[in-house]
Amino acid sequence: MIPTSYYIILSSILFGLGVIAFIFKRNVITIFMSIELMLNAVNLAFVAFSRALGQLDGQIFVLFVIVVAAAEAAVGLGIVILIARNRQSLNVERVDLLKL
Amino acid sequence: MLDYLWIIPLLPLLGSATNGLLGGKWPKNIVNLVAVGSTFLSFACALEAVREFFANGQAPVHKEFFDWIVAGNFRAGFDLQMDQLTVVMLMVVTGVGWLIHIYSMGYMAHEGGYYRFFSYLNLFMFFMLILILGANYVLLFVGWEGVGLCSYLLIGFYFLRKSAADAGKKAFIVNRIGDFGFMLGMFLLFRTFGSLDFQTVFAEASKPAWGHEPWGQFGTFTIACLLLFMGACGKSAQLPLYVWLPDAMEGPTPVSALIHAATMVTAGVYVVARSHILFTHSDTAMLVVAIVGCATAFFAATIGLVQTDIKKVLAYSTVSQLGYMFLACGVGAFSAGIFHLMTHAFFKALLFLAAGSVIHAMGGEQDMRHMGGLGKKIKWTYATMLTATLAITGIPFFAGFFSKDAILFAALQNPAGGGVLYAFGLLTALLTAFYMFRLIFLTFGGKERFDEHHVHVHESPWTMLGPLVILAVLSTIGGWVALPALFQGPDYFSNFLGPVFGRAESVDAAGEIAAHHLELILAGVAVAAALIGLAFAYWLYLKRPEKADGLAKSMHGAYTTLLNKYYVDELYAAVVVKPLMWISTNVLWKVADVGAIDGAVNGIATGATAIGDASRHTQSGNTRSYAVWVVVGAFVVIAVIFFWPIVAAKPEIGMVR
Amino acid sequence: MSAPLLVFFVLAALAVGGALNLILQKHPIHSALSLIVVMVSLAGLYLLMGAEFVAAVQIIVYGGAIMVLFVFVIMLLNAGVEEHTNFSKLAGIAGIPLALVVTGFIAAAITHANDTVLAAPQTGAVAATKDLSTMLFREFVYPFELTSFLILIAILGALVLAQREHS
Repeated sequence: MIPTSYYIILSSILFGLGVIAFIFKRNVITIFMSIELMLNAVNLAFVAFSRALGQLDGQIFVLFVIVVAAAEAAVGLGIVILIARNRQSLNVERVDLLKL
Repeated sequence: MLDYLWIIPLLPLLGSATNGLLGGKWPKNIVNLVAVGSTFLSFACALEAVREFFANGQAPVHKEFFDWIVAGNFRAGFDLQMDQLTVVMLMVVTGVGWLIHIYSMGYMAHEGGYYRFFSYLNLFMFFMLILILGANYVLLFVGWEGVGLCSYLLIGFYFLRKSAADAGKKAFIVNRIGDFGFMLGMFLLFRTFGSLDFQTVFAEASKPAWGHEPWGQFGTFTIACLLLFMGACGKSAQLPLYVWLPDAMEGPTPVSALIHAATMVTAGVYVVARSHILFTHSDTAMLVVAIVGCATAFFAATIGLVQTDIKKVLAYSTVSQLGYMFLACGVGAFSAGIFHLMTHAFFKALLFLAAGSVIHAMGGEQDMRHMGGLGKKIKWTYATMLTATLAITGIPFFAGFFSKDAILFAALQNPAGGGVLYAFGLLTALLTAFYMFRLIFLTFGGKERFDEHHVHVHESPWTMLGPLVILAVLSTIGGWVALPALFQGPDYFSNFLGPVFGRAESVDAAGEIAAHHLELILAGVAVAAALIGLAFAYWLYLKRPEKADGLAKSMHGAYTTLLNKYYVDELYAAVVVKPLMWISTNVLWKVADVGAIDGAVNGIATGATAIGDASRHTQSGNTRSYAVWVVVGAFVVIAVIFFWPIVAAKPEIGMVR
Repeated sequence: MSAPLLVFFVLAALAVGGALNLILQKHPIHSALSLIVVMVSLAGLYLLMGAEFVAAVQIIVYGGAIMVLFVFVIMLLNAGVEEHTNFSKLAGIAGIPLALVVTGFIAAAITHANDTVLAAPQTGAVAATKDLSTMLFREFVYPFELTSFLILIAILGALVLAQREHS
């Protein structure tokens, strides 16, 4: 069978790619999507451990993560729309009113 | 009254406070009434206390009024005591003090700050009385410090004059150096005996278990006594801490009379006498006291030979006579030392007050070279001053004769170097006679060396002359308590102080007779020395005045050295004062204060600014850098969660091993 | 190479490829579609592990609702190719090393922990949906109810945020 460590390594790789996207992309929506990617990676790890330990808690937690991600996406995209209306740009570097 | 001993110091304190706070607005009469009145009442209460003391059969009195310091086993209370030594000191301080207060009414009549003067003078009386009535070293030290403070205030009374302000500072600082030694001595006594009460310490020290410390052994007693003596040197102007006393002549003359002749400077002698039980345990300390006293007496007398300011001559004379008192204490003749203290108070106060009268008559002139021929003009001043001079030179039957002879006799008997001490003491007596009569002849005899038209010489008012006369009478009869001893009768004074110094001075009967013959012979020798000094002064200043200048020129080197006081002040300035100023400026100020302390405080501020400056960059306003910080934070959290169990478990691993 | 392992590698490659594409694409819509690919492959991996319900929820909710929402917003805002600005020096310098450190650290930390759980092959029972729901409505009923509140708040929030200003 597939060792759990394989799933964990895959989860880490996806998480790391999500971090890279979070740091390097300039479009607000893309940054948001990178957050979703990271959440997915974490979900994978949860399910893998849940299977390995024989408990269902991991999968239930995954369900909750998905629900929260949904709520967060809704509100977050609402904010993105407001930013886009305000700054007329989706470039996160244009949101710099706090800069000296 | 013995139950209310505290009233005696309290009265002058109240007078001082009243005058100090309210006297500025009052007319001189009220100020006088408060100041002189409070001193008189204090004197009256002291008399009453003494009367009760005698009525109780001279039983020593020790009263505890309230607890001042209570810390563990240590107790320093406001305890006052009365024994024979206190009686002598009390009478001198309150009596002479009162007379000087009366004198000051006349002398300071035209001075500004009148109420302030009397306020300080009363404050001085308060502290001096605390000093002599105190029953433990702590209370004594309170009085000790207080009189030093009043001395500073009064020397610098004419504070607008720089030399006066400097003199006040010098007095205080030199005193402080002595006080340092005194405090160390007190600490050592506390550590050895566990208490600073006179009763406890002396009772404990009298026990045979405490051995005698011979010459050269620096045991507890020696060190403690040497330290206490260091304080006494500062307060009583002995070598090497005498330099403040001549400068203290910047103060008004009544101050010089009261503080620097009769009372404050005798505090050192009082302490040594009070602590005689401790001193007699240590041969080294006694010898040091005797040598320092003798050396100071001789040294100061030589300087006094050539001084031209009338008050400076008297100042050096005071230093010299104090040296005699310490010489007496150092050879074990404590009652002789106290006797000389008493007679010296009389004639030295008289000398200063009379000098003040002369200065007043001359309209402020203090240089003897500009005086002369005053004897015919200010007769009362002349008569009283002459009486005092006869007393100080030891002319028979005047007060100084008895006390000085007792000292010289005791000095000769001293097993260690008695002969040398006696020789210098005798030589000093000769020099004393010389310079004192030089003063008389220059001031009152010969031709007038001033312009009659500019200086209107007038006799002083009776407020000033009255005390002079009373002191003159005391200078004459003050020594007569010891008169019967000349004819192999009892010496009333040392018998009176016997219970206090008893153990130190017992002499067996057979030895007494032989000693008595020796004493008479020595008395004769001393009188002869005094007369030689007198004659030489007479010849040099009355008969052949022109010889004086010639003598000065031919001994030019010695003359200038003496005139410049052996350059001691310059030596101290170069060796002590300049290095201290250098250290203060370059080390303590520039390095410690500005560099370290200011630097640390400013450094904290600069550091805060620098940290703020560095941290500023995290708040750049750029969202992407914020994103990076979020990732960094997450990383730190993960690292902590991962590493924490290992870190927390490590101590356990260490302990298991 | 057994069949499950092969399927695992294929799905893993798809997921990683989709994630890489998300980074490399310039237009956000392409990134969104890559993310959908990632999610679907993850659903496949869940199935491989026997978590059917989670796989189904992943596809329906994540893929069918959240990603659709993303695409709608991209189209609403008319997002174009993102312009290339580079104002943040910190991100430019510290970005890649930081990401690599994080990744490597997580992977190393977890896999090098000497836990027999990781090394052993997965032998737990396949999870039945019935068991899952029983657990959900018994032990986890409280969080479950709270999530309904959470969704209500999210709806209200989204409505308020996205309103047009009353002029």
